[in-house]
Amino acid sequence: MTQNAFTTKNLTKVYGEGETAVHALRGVDLDIPAGEFVVLLGPSGSGKSTLLNIIGGLDRATGGQAWFLDRELTAMSDRQLTRYRRDHVGFVFQFYNLMPSLTALENVELVTEVAEDPMTAEAALAMVGLSNRADHFPSELSGGEQQRVAIARAIAKNPTVLFCDEPTGALDSETGRTVLTALRDVNERLGATVLIVTHAAATANMADRVIHFADGGIRDVLLNSTKLSPDEIEW
Amino acid sequence: MVSPLDRKLLRDLWRMKTQALAISLVVAVGVMLLVMMSGLVNSLDETRRAYYERYRLADVFAPVVRAPDRVLASLAGIEGVSAAEGRITGSALIDMPGSDLPVQARAVSLPDFGQPRLNAVYLSAGRWIDRRRSHEILLLKSFADAHGLEAGDTLSATMHGARRSFEIVGIAQSPEFLYTTAPGELVPDDSRFGVIWMSRTAMEAAYDLDGAFNEALMDIGREEDLPSVLAAADRILDAYGAVGAYGLEDQFSNRFVAEEIAGLRASSAGVPPIFLAVAAFLLNIVISRLLQAERQQIGLIKAFGYTNAEVTAHYFKLILTIAAGGAVLGCLLGLAAGAVLIGVYVQYYKFPFLVFEIDPASFIIAVSASVAAAAFGGLFALRRIFALTPAVAMRPPTPPDYSGTGRFGGLLKRVLDQPTRMVLRRFVRHPGRSLGAIAGVSAGMALSAGMMTVLAGFDEAVETTFSVIDRSDMSVSFIEPLPDRTLHALAQLDGVIEVEASRTLPVILRNGVHSYRGGVSGITSGARLQRAVDANGQALTLRGDGIILTPALADILQLQTGDRLRVDIRQGRRPQLDLVVTGIAESLLGAPSYMELPALNRALGEPNRVSGAYLRIDPLRRDAIYAALDAMPVVAGISVKQDAREAFQRMMDNGAGAMRFVMAAVAALITFGIVYNTARIAYAESAHDLASLRVIGFSKGEAAFVLLGELGLIVLLALPAGALLGYGLSHAIAAGFSTDLYQVPAIFSPDSLGVAGLAVLAAAIFSGWMVKRESDRADLVSALKSRE
Ligand SMILES: Nc1ncnc2c1ncn2[C@@H]1O[C@H](COP(=O)(O)OP(=O)(O)OP(=O)(O)O)[C@@H](O)[C@H]1O
Ligand SMILES: [Mg+2]
Repeated sequence: MTQNAFTTKNLTKVYGEGETAVHALRGVDLDIPAGEFVVLLGPSGSGKSTLLNIIGGLDRATGGQAWFLDRELTAMSDRQLTRYRRDHVGFVFQFYNLMPSLTALENVELVTEVAEDPMTAEAALAMVGLSNRADHFPSELSGGEQQRVAIARAIAKNPTVLFCDEPTGALDSETGRTVLTALRDVNERLGATVLIVTHAAATANMADRVIHFADGGIRDVLLNSTKLSPDEIEW
Repeated sequence: MVSPLDRKLLRDLWRMKTQALAISLVVAVGVMLLVMMSGLVNSLDETRRAYYERYRLADVFAPVVRAPDRVLASLAGIEGVSAAEGRITGSALIDMPGSDLPVQARAVSLPDFGQPRLNAVYLSAGRWIDRRRSHEILLLKSFADAHGLEAGDTLSATMHGARRSFEIVGIAQSPEFLYTTAPGELVPDDSRFGVIWMSRTAMEAAYDLDGAFNEALMDIGREEDLPSVLAAADRILDAYGAVGAYGLEDQFSNRFVAEEIAGLRASSAGVPPIFLAVAAFLLNIVISRLLQAERQQIGLIKAFGYTNAEVTAHYFKLILTIAAGGAVLGCLLGLAAGAVLIGVYVQYYKFPFLVFEIDPASFIIAVSASVAAAAFGGLFALRRIFALTPAVAMRPPTPPDYSGTGRFGGLLKRVLDQPTRMVLRRFVRHPGRSLGAIAGVSAGMALSAGMMTVLAGFDEAVETTFSVIDRSDMSVSFIEPLPDRTLHALAQLDGVIEVEASRTLPVILRNGVHSYRGGVSGITSGARLQRAVDANGQALTLRGDGIILTPALADILQLQTGDRLRVDIRQGRRPQLDLVVTGIAESLLGAPSYMELPALNRALGEPNRVSGAYLRIDPLRRDAIYAALDAMPVVAGISVKQDAREAFQRMMDNGAGAMRFVMAAVAALITFGIVYNTARIAYAESAHDLASLRVIGFSKGEAAFVLLGELGLIVLLALPAGALLGYGLSHAIAAGFSTDLYQVPAIFSPDSLGVAGLAVLAAAIFSGWMVKRESDRADLVSALKSRE
C-alpha cells in the first residue's frame, strides 16, 4: 500500500470570532496517497483554498490534525513549516501573486534560488510556453500569462507536492492544456503529489481522485479508474 | 549572479525613489545639523587652543599698583611657575575725530626688543614698533577696523592726564583681546574699546613706572597648580598693591570666548539631538508603514520557504540603504556646511588662523541613531507581519473591515456625503496608522513651534534686559569712587531727569568649593532705573545683610534663597562679608549680583561713595548732555543704553546665538519633510483604492478628496498636539542656547505657535498639491494592476 502524502483528522478552521465567525472548515477527514493527481471541486466559499493553505503550510488550523507523510503539520513550529514549504511545496495561488518588481524569469528564480534540486528557471518557463516572455514584468503580461509564470514558479523547484488554486481559471483551452500538461508531467515524471482546485469540472477527468467540497467539508470522493490526458479534455 | 531578491531590492528602491529620497533627506538634514555643529565646536575650540599656545597666552594675570622688576625673580621661583614676566598696562582715552565721546582704551607695553615671552601679539599689517620712537604704537585690529584706521594713520590719546599724538605703525591681533569691553559694560563692542601696544620705554615714561611693572604674567606647567600659584603670587605681590591674581579662566576676553564656545557646545549638544530624534522618529514611522505596505509580498516570499531571517535581511537592506544613505549624505552636507560656518565664526572670533577638527563621534552617533531608528521601525513592522501566517499576510487587498466604524446614523448620513464618510472611515479603520501620522506631523510641528518660540525668547531676553531691568537711558562711570554729592552735579545738568547711584565692585562669591569671580552692583533700595526684579518684573527689596543673586549665579554657587555665602570684595580694604541670599533676580544677561549700596559702602568703610550713575534724560538734550559729561574730568566713560542694546543684539545675532537662525531653517526643512512624507505615504497606501474609485466613476477631484481629506484631518489634529509638544520642546531648546553670558527664556508665545502652525499648513497644502498632481496623472490600469 502506498503511503499517504496527506492525512487530516477532523480539521477545522474558523475565521474571526463571536457573531461574525466564519467556519471555513468544519472537520475535514482526508487521505491523499502520495503521487496522486487530485482535483478539488466545490462551490465558491466552500473552503477549498483554506484547506490548501493549511496542508500547504501557509496557514494554521483552528482544530484537528494534518500530516504530511508521517510528519504532523499541525504540530510544526513556524521554522519547521518554513522548512517544509522550502523543501517540498510548490504553490500556484488563486491570485497570481507575482512580485511586481521582478521579471517573469526572476520571479521563477526567486524560488529556484532556495530550492534544493530545481530545474532551471528557463526550463520551467519553457514548460508553460513562456520562454519568449522571460524578461517581461508582470504589469506587461496578460492575466493568463501571469498565471503561467506562477505555475512555472511552482514547478521549477521539482516539488514533492504541488498545490494549484484555480490554475486555469483565466486561460483559454489551448494554454489551459499546456498548463495541465505541465502539471501532469510534474506528477508523472517526478512522482509529485498534485492537488488542484478548479471550477472546470472537466479537469476532474484527468485526476486519480476527485474530492467534492461543500460548506466546509467533504461531500464525496471519487476515484477514477481511467484518466484522460489533458488533450482529451473537453473545455 | 545577483540574487532575485537583490534585484527586487534595487527595483523597489527605484520605484519608491521619490519617497526614499524624501525620507533620506529628512534624516540627512537632522544628521547634517549634528555633524555641522560638533565639527564647528571642535574646530573653534581647537583653534582657540592653538592660538593661545602659539602666542603664549599667560595662565596667570596679577595686576599690582607698582612692583619693581626684581620681584619677578620671586614670582618665577614659585613652585609650578614656568615663566614670569612683568609689563605695564594703563588706561587711556582715545579722541575720535568727529565724535564727542572719547573712547576708552588700554595701553599695553611690549618689550623693547622683540616679542614678549608671554602674551605675544600677531602683527597683521604694518611693522613692529621702534623702541627709540616713543610715539609709535600698534593698534588692535578689531578696533582699527571698526574705525577705519590703518597703519600710517595718527591718533591722539590721553594717558595719565597728558594728551599725546601717536603714529600707528602696525595693526595687531592678540589672543588676549579677542573680545574687548569698556569697563562696567557687559557686552563687548569692538568700536568702543581700543588696545594700544607701546614700547616698554615709552610706557614707563607715560605712566611713571621706571624700572617697575604693574602687571605680572605667569605660565604654569600644570593646571592643578593654579590655586597654589595664585595664593603665592598674592602673598608676594601684596606689598605692591596687588588686586588679586587670577587665572586665564577669569580673564575677560577668554571668559567671553570660552563662554561663547561653551554656548555653541551646549546648543550643539542640546539641540541637534532633538532634531535628529524627530527625524529618527519620522524614519521609524515611515519605515514601519512602508513595510506594512509590503505585507503581501512578504507573505509570498515566506510562502516559497524563505525564512524570517532571510526576509528580514532583505528588507533591512532596503531600509538601511534609505537610512544610512540619508545619514551619509547628512555627514557630507554637515562637513560642507560646517566648513562654511567655521569660516564665518573664525572671523567673528578674530582667530588669525583655523585648525579644522572634525568629530568622528558625531558621525558615529548620527549614522547609528538613524540606522537604529530605521531598524527599530523595520523590526516593529516585520514582527507584526511575521506574526501572521503567510496565507493571511498574502491575502489580496483585503477589503478592510469597516463594520466596526459605525453605520453612521441617519443624521450623519444626511450631513456627510459619501467621500467625507469614506475619509472618516479610513481614518478610524486604521487607528495605528492615523495615530502614527498624527504623531509624526505633531513632532514636525513641535520642532518648528519650539524653534519659533525660542526665537521669540531671544527677543524677550533683549526686551527684559533693556526695558524691564534697566530703565535708564545711559550710565556714567567715574575714574574712581567719588562722594555721592557728585550725583547732584549730574542732576543739575539741563535735560537730566533722574539720577541714580551705582557702585560696582569686583568680588569673589564663595560657597564651599563653588566660587565665582565677578562683580557686585550696589544699588539703592527703591531704585527705579537699574533694578533687581523677579520673574514677574516686580522689584525685589534689598536688605542690609543680604545679597540678591541671579539664577545662573545661584546655579553656579549651588545656593537658594535663605542660604548664606561669603563675599570677598576685591577692592579697598578688601572686606570679607557673610551674607544671606535674600532673593533671586531675573537676569538674562551676564550673572550680576546686587547689594544695598549703603551696606556695601559700610563694609568698605567708605561711606557715601559711588562709582557711577544711571541717568534718565530728555532725548532732545542728549548731545548737550554728552558734551557736558565729557567735559567733566571725573567721568571715565559714558555708555548709552541704546548702543549697549544694539551691541547685545549684535552679539546674539552673530555669536553662538546666530545658530538659532540656522536651526530654525533646519527645523522648517524637517517639518516640511515630515509633512511631505506623510502625504506621500498616504498616497502610496491608497493609490490602488483611488484608482478603483476613479474606475467606478468618481471624478479626479472626488478621488483626491478622499486622500487629501485624510491628510487634512491628520494635520488638523496634529496642530494642537504639536503646539503643546513644541512649547515643551522650547524649554529644552532654550536651555541649549543659554550660556553664562545670556539666558534665553522659554516663554509662551502664541504668535510663534501660530507661525509654526501656518508653516505646517503651508507644507501640507503644498504636499497635498504634489500628490494630487501625481494621482491625477496616474495611469488607472497600472495603478490597479500594481497590486496583483
Ligand atoms: N481571512 C478570512 N477572514 C474571514 N473569513 C474568511 C477569510 N478567508 C476566507 N474566509 C471565508 O472562509 C470561507 C472559505 O473561504 P475559501 O477561500 O477557502 O473558499 P474557496 O472554496 O476557496 O472559494 P473560491 O472558490 O471562491 O475561491 C469563505 O466563506 C470565506 O468568506
Ligand atoms: Mg479559493
